[in-house]
Amino acid sequence: MFGLDAFMLARLQFAFTVSFHIIFPAITIGLATYLAVLEGLWLKTRDPDYQKLYHFWSKIFAVNFGMGVVSGLVMAYQFGTNWSGFSDFAGSITGPLLTYEVLTAFFLEAGFLGVMLFGWHRVGEKLHFFATSMVALGTIISTFWILASNSWMQTPQGHEIIDGRAVPVDWFAIVFNPSFPYRLAHMSVAAFVSSALFVAAAAAWHLLKGNRSSAVKKMFSMSLSVLVLLAPLQAVIGDLHGLNTLEHQPAKIAAIEGHWDNSDGEATPLILFGMPNMAAERTDYAIEIPLLGSLILRHSLTDPIPALKEFPVDERPNSPIVFWSFRIMVGLGLLMIFQGLYSMWLRKKHTLYTSNGFLKFSLMMGPSGLVAILAGWFTTEVGRQPWVVYGVQKTRDAVSSHGDLQMSISLLCFLVVYSMVFGFGYYYMIHQIKKGPDVIEHDEHDMATVSGRI
Amino acid sequence: MHFDLSVIWFAIIVFATLMYIIMDGFDLGIGILMPFVKNEQQKDVMVNSVAPVWDGNETWIVLGGASLFGAFPLAYAIIIEALTIPLTLMLIALIFRGVAFEFRFKALENHLKFWDRSFMAGSILTTFFQGIVVGAVIQGFDVEQRVFVGGQLDWMAPFPIFCGFGLLATYALLGSTWLIMKTEGELQKRMFGFTNTTLMAMISALVIVSVWTPLAYPSIAQRWFSVPNLYYLIPVPVLTGLVCLKIADSVRKRKERSPFMMALIIVILGFAGLGISIWPNIVPPGISIWDAASPASSQSFMLVGAMIIIPVILAYTFWSYYVFAGKVKEGEAYH
Repeated sequence: MFGLDAFMLARLQFAFTVSFHIIFPAITIGLATYLAVLEGLWLKTRDPDYQKLYHFWSKIFAVNFGMGVVSGLVMAYQFGTNWSGFSDFAGSITGPLLTYEVLTAFFLEAGFLGVMLFGWHRVGEKLHFFATSMVALGTIISTFWILASNSWMQTPQGHEIIDGRAVPVDWFAIVFNPSFPYRLAHMSVAAFVSSALFVAAAAAWHLLKGNRSSAVKKMFSMSLSVLVLLAPLQAVIGDLHGLNTLEHQPAKIAAIEGHWDNSDGEATPLILFGMPNMAAERTDYAIEIPLLGSLILRHSLTDPIPALKEFPVDERPNSPIVFWSFRIMVGLGLLMIFQGLYSMWLRKKHTLYTSNGFLKFSLMMGPSGLVAILAGWFTTEVGRQPWVVYGVQKTRDAVSSHGDLQMSISLLCFLVVYSMVFGFGYYYMIHQIKKGPDVIEHDEHDMATVSGRI
Repeated sequence: MHFDLSVIWFAIIVFATLMYIIMDGFDLGIGILMPFVKNEQQKDVMVNSVAPVWDGNETWIVLGGASLFGAFPLAYAIIIEALTIPLTLMLIALIFRGVAFEFRFKALENHLKFWDRSFMAGSILTTFFQGIVVGAVIQGFDVEQRVFVGGQLDWMAPFPIFCGFGLLATYALLGSTWLIMKTEGELQKRMFGFTNTTLMAMISALVIVSVWTPLAYPSIAQRWFSVPNLYYLIPVPVLTGLVCLKIADSVRKRKERSPFMMALIIVILGFAGLGISIWPNIVPPGISIWDAASPASSQSFMLVGAMIIIPVILAYTFWSYYVFAGKVKEGEAYH
């Protein structure tokens, strides 16, 4: 298909399925905690708005959660179907980490989800709140384990290679590998930020339509408060993450910065825009700010950052992709910080809920968190190439030996099914959001007490 | 105290797989039976009997896969790669079935019927491909030097395909007996009737598989029919036969709990029979659990967590079922 071989098709399929998958947990994590907060506030203040908001967002949460589960199932088995080389090589390390994720997180969320969504009338309110909290906790624990596994692939340690396979030696070192704390912090905050932007956009839509109920206003205000706090924090975390990447994956940094040559030994400029050219080994049309590259990454006015030509040709990540995905992510991050700051300004002027310009901007920023997450993941995973386990196993050696035809059909199936099913899922979610928090509806989740119940 | 980590992990994976077959079995069974129920409200009751618990049920298959990955990575790599096609088709069917739980209600008016059909087709196809996977595992894999060298279509053979149908019968039985417990009135009456059919279908499948396996695979015949094995193992088919009679009897007597409990026992016995046939090879015919095992460091790391956490999981799962105990009333949950 399109002249792509089985290896590239396998990579494309993984990239496609994991990209779809990541946007669901991002919202699941943020909304689960938000729902726990709403329910807690309801129990504490008895303000009916909190109860309304809880029931409103829990319906949307349910749809999103389901899509996250089914797309996640595909990931768990895809390691085996298309990456059996990786599974045999690294399975004794990534397998147990995934098992812990299932044991401590997936079962926790799934186990309490039933009571959370369907048990409002069946258990006492404190017990229900406990259920909601357990679901939220499950989503966060999940982040811990999956990022431990992914981080080990990026900065592996704590293992030995015996008989051509990775063997665990020190599990603490495996889990708490060098990049783990930064990636965990960065992704967790990203989940909350993207959910906040999502909620804010929903509120903005209602406010623009003239629905200024107290519930809508509350959700706008709450989500923007989260944004004000977390967007700048994310910039700091991102910076620290970048410094960690510089230390452990210099080729990735060189590719992100589109920096090719250090033969003059001078400080590196920051290339704002340009088009890295892998074949010509330079970045074309570069618009750069002198010294800023060294300043940001080395905190120095003289030390250069790594250059792509310092690495063998087959170990240079695809610079055009990561150069731009990184800039998209940072650009959106700056817009998010701006959105937070501007919201504070409007609050001071008491026009937060009525400034149409800002409301429209907030509406447009709705998906920005998710786009930034995708851009960030593309940066880190494409930047990890040609390695699947950095410095240890090459992606090319990890792939299963399926034929081109089979991989083409497989990719096509996933493209069609995912676009259709998840496209519709998002459409229904948006449809649900448009109903707003103030409409009281009976729904399929209202399972009243039945005879024989104690 | 010396204990064999590989044997323990084999037992845990068998347990997780059994939990999956039982728990997702009855909720897939509901989807399998749904085409035979025309009344919309009755369909909703059927779905509502499992809506709060299906996600937890399905999680056992993720545990099965992940534990296989972590404890026997070679087995995971070979089996999952060899069965890429049926597994991928199963995953796609699971996607449709999973989202249909919510989309059946939340979709736009003119889409509802589509998601209803997705629920049914997804349930049927998931089950069929799972059965194929089971049959293909018994059939065995061509392996050379830790690498699968067979064909991507090896699973498309009479035995695995028959197992696909056999599993459909099994899950249908679990579904109908589950609904006997959870429903009342006309729907329950229908489920008693259905159980007679699903029981017959399941028994036929079981008999055929039990005869076919030793005929087709001499090593399995050897396992079951040689002396003294024969004397140790004969209780399994005998017990299965007795339990089948008991189900038919309790359906006749309109007992509510007994049919489901008996169906569980048949599934456990059937699965035990399967395990007995392939032990100790986790990748039949030639790769044992010890050949496929990950290092002791991996297996023990996972074991610590599993021993503590699985009982906790069982506890809150049991609690969740308790919260939703009792009959599902018609017309109560509506959209």
